[in-house]
Amino acid sequence: MWGILGRRAVVVDGGFSASCLRSRMRSGLVSARSYAAGSKEMTVRDALNSAIDEEMSADPKVFVMGEEVGQYQGAYKITKGLLEKYGPERVYDTPITEAGFTGIGVGAAYAGLKPVVEFMTFNFSMQAIDHIINSAAKSNYMSAGQINVPIVFRGPNGAAAGVGAQHSQCYAAWYASVPGLKVLAPYSAEDARGLLKAAIRDPDPVVFLENELLYGESFPISEEALDSSFCLPIGKAKIEREGKDVTITTFSKMVGFALKAAEKLAEEGISAEVINLRSIRPLDRATINASVRKTSRLVTVEEGFPQHGVCAEICASVVEESFSYLDAPVERIAGADVPMPYAANLERLALPQVEDIVRAAKRACFRSK
Amino acid sequence: MAIWFARSRNLVSSLRQNLGLSAILIKRNYTSPRPVFTNYQLSSRVFLNPFTSFRHESTAVETQPDLVQQSDHEDDAQELDFPGGKVGYTSEMKFIPESSSRRIPCYRVLNEHGSIIPNSDHVPVSEKLAVRMYEQMATLQVMDHIFYEAQRQGRISFYLTSVGEEAINIASAAALSPEDVVLPQYREPGVLLWRGFTLEEFANQCFGNKADYGKGRQMPIHYGSNQHNYFTVSSPIATQLPQAAGVGYALKMEKKNACAVTFIGDGGTSEGDFHAGLNFAAVMEAPVVFICRNNGWAISTHISEQFRSDGIVVKGQAYGIRSIRVDGNDALAVYSAVRSAREMAVTEQRPVLIEMMTYRVGHHSTSDDSTKYREADEIQYWKMSRNPVNRFKKWVEDNGWWSEEDESKLRSSTRKQLLQAIQAAEKWEKQPLTELFNDVYDVKTKNLEEQEHGLKELVEKQPQDYPPGFHI
Repeated sequence: MWGILGRRAVVVDGGFSASCLRSRMRSGLVSARSYAAGSKEMTVRDALNSAIDEEMSADPKVFVMGEEVGQYQGAYKITKGLLEKYGPERVYDTPITEAGFTGIGVGAAYAGLKPVVEFMTFNFSMQAIDHIINSAAKSNYMSAGQINVPIVFRGPNGAAAGVGAQHSQCYAAWYASVPGLKVLAPYSAEDARGLLKAAIRDPDPVVFLENELLYGESFPISEEALDSSFCLPIGKAKIEREGKDVTITTFSKMVGFALKAAEKLAEEGISAEVINLRSIRPLDRATINASVRKTSRLVTVEEGFPQHGVCAEICASVVEESFSYLDAPVERIAGADVPMPYAANLERLALPQVEDIVRAAKRACFRSK
Repeated sequence: MAIWFARSRNLVSSLRQNLGLSAILIKRNYTSPRPVFTNYQLSSRVFLNPFTSFRHESTAVETQPDLVQQSDHEDDAQELDFPGGKVGYTSEMKFIPESSSRRIPCYRVLNEHGSIIPNSDHVPVSEKLAVRMYEQMATLQVMDHIFYEAQRQGRISFYLTSVGEEAINIASAAALSPEDVVLPQYREPGVLLWRGFTLEEFANQCFGNKADYGKGRQMPIHYGSNQHNYFTVSSPIATQLPQAAGVGYALKMEKKNACAVTFIGDGGTSEGDFHAGLNFAAVMEAPVVFICRNNGWAISTHISEQFRSDGIVVKGQAYGIRSIRVDGNDALAVYSAVRSAREMAVTEQRPVLIEMMTYRVGHHSTSDDSTKYREADEIQYWKMSRNPVNRFKKWVEDNGWWSEEDESKLRSSTRKQLLQAIQAAEKWEKQPLTELFNDVYDVKTKNLEEQEHGLKELVEKQPQDYPPGFHI
């Protein structure tokens, strides 16, 4: 007699979820400004909300869990309206115990449900990190495929504005170092929609790193992206802006800064290619290396702490695979190696700014010191 | 004459006790965005709004003068609202003592001599079931002994016995249905044995060979089988408790006729996850049976250093969970208690806590020598005089269901089967290299494919660096 555990859909294609391939997406994945006829705009908040709503509507096993997600409509209003629509069993307000509700989410996932667990910020996920790593990430491997964990851990990550050290750390590097997890970091509304849908449909545990300051930002969104079957593949980066002189890789909020930096650099005659990583694990080394082989220069940017960061991994990958193509040392821009200070002036100094990216790109092009 | 429903059961039951009323309770319906809790005593749901009109309350008080407890303190008659419901007042400053004068008694059915105590509550056990239970308890004993010896001989790297806890293992498994999902700690292989895991399958996991369902990924005793609804043993302590609440929640949402059953030791109840798991299961009204094996020791930490409460059973009420303390060395008591708890969990959709009192006769594991921190006499005493297997055996024998001949036949055939299983498991080849990279994700990601390819190439290029017969 087969137990009730371990029932999963079979995914046929490697690396991509089958539902993505079935979607009517064009290969607008890699091209930069391919938003079709859309002059529609959508905030990241609405993008996330609509993604969760559509996935909950399509699959009754999906449910949302976290502090304040229900009656309060979500600490950042990401889950607004879901309680009214789906009821308290599927939009569950938890007591204050990250370790508790993460463990419960994992247990529910073991038993076949698809939880979307919200951390009020990923800083609080540290209280639950044993469950994320030891109970979720490693389970499929340790059980030899008998126990899979189709769970999504989502919430704001990285610095907000004036919230101090315990609310500002970026966890991309920590989670992306763990085999068994997939780690995604959206930037635009389209990223948010497509990646969250992919994450919810994915049978593996996914850490979904949002950014509080991006929630209110509006982005143009295409008709395709608004379709309910839309989803983006996990493991593919997006080239936001094509260029030929220097490659700038980054993720989340820093993509906006890198695009601004590219504008400034264009004024000085430097054509920068901006890559939005979208997926920290698996990292799209192919796209990054192909770009560096084209431009011969690399600037990697992230908000998080510099040591053992995402940028360090990208630099290592490029040096290993594209060493002979490099014309300049790789440049790394990361947050300052200090716990985030509160005072606004100090906070500004502790985070990468557009000027830092511009300077680094110029150094890589031997235009400045 | 009506009493309004108070959220605290204690208030109501103490009122009942003190006043000897079998009063009619009226439920009050207030709209609330979310139902908060169910009424245990009535079968209907009651919604409470913390901001009840005082007008109702004072009217109710006036019509029920008899309900006021006579006391020296004038204030004691009143009740006021706080978030969470009505609470009676007292102007007597009284601290609840840290422990009650009498410890919670332990439920048992069989006495130390293996006879059923007259008039004891218990679920009857048929001859067939009793014999099977005994056979499995004896099998577990032999299995533990032989695998322990195998580790001592260096044939497996690690082992952990359940000596002294055979009744908990087998009798609780016997009381569950096969659809109940078990989340073990690590000292419950008997549950898996009961459900049909063979001695060969146990051996294969310990040796991590090609036949191991765990594909050699886990150290010994980390068994798991989704076929048997038994979750893979996980090393971090108590993580299975909130997971069990989650499994219970999933079963509840899917309206299955099953509950989650999870085990924890006395030491594990100190973990934060114990608090989270029990609290949550109660709030979610999840069908979970929490079984705590209070065996007196957490490696070398005695329970007196683990907590200051009267064991674990008293913690249940703190979370609003029904609980019972059971003699864990009495197979019939364990069977009855788990059967009843399971029924309650499923039919009433609530968590239940069972504390099983027992003693860890063996060392914590093969990495431990418990004579370093406890008296050898103490261990001997529990092993010989308080042995759960012997106690149950006596009862089964007294019923004429088991003989010495059956005993020696079972023990020798089980021993033989185990030795053969170990010999076979040892010789069986290990997993192929491809299993190194499988199951990290549902579908291998590109970087893993590249790494696997790279490793294969390396092994082909440099075979001298790898053991002979190393296959890909």
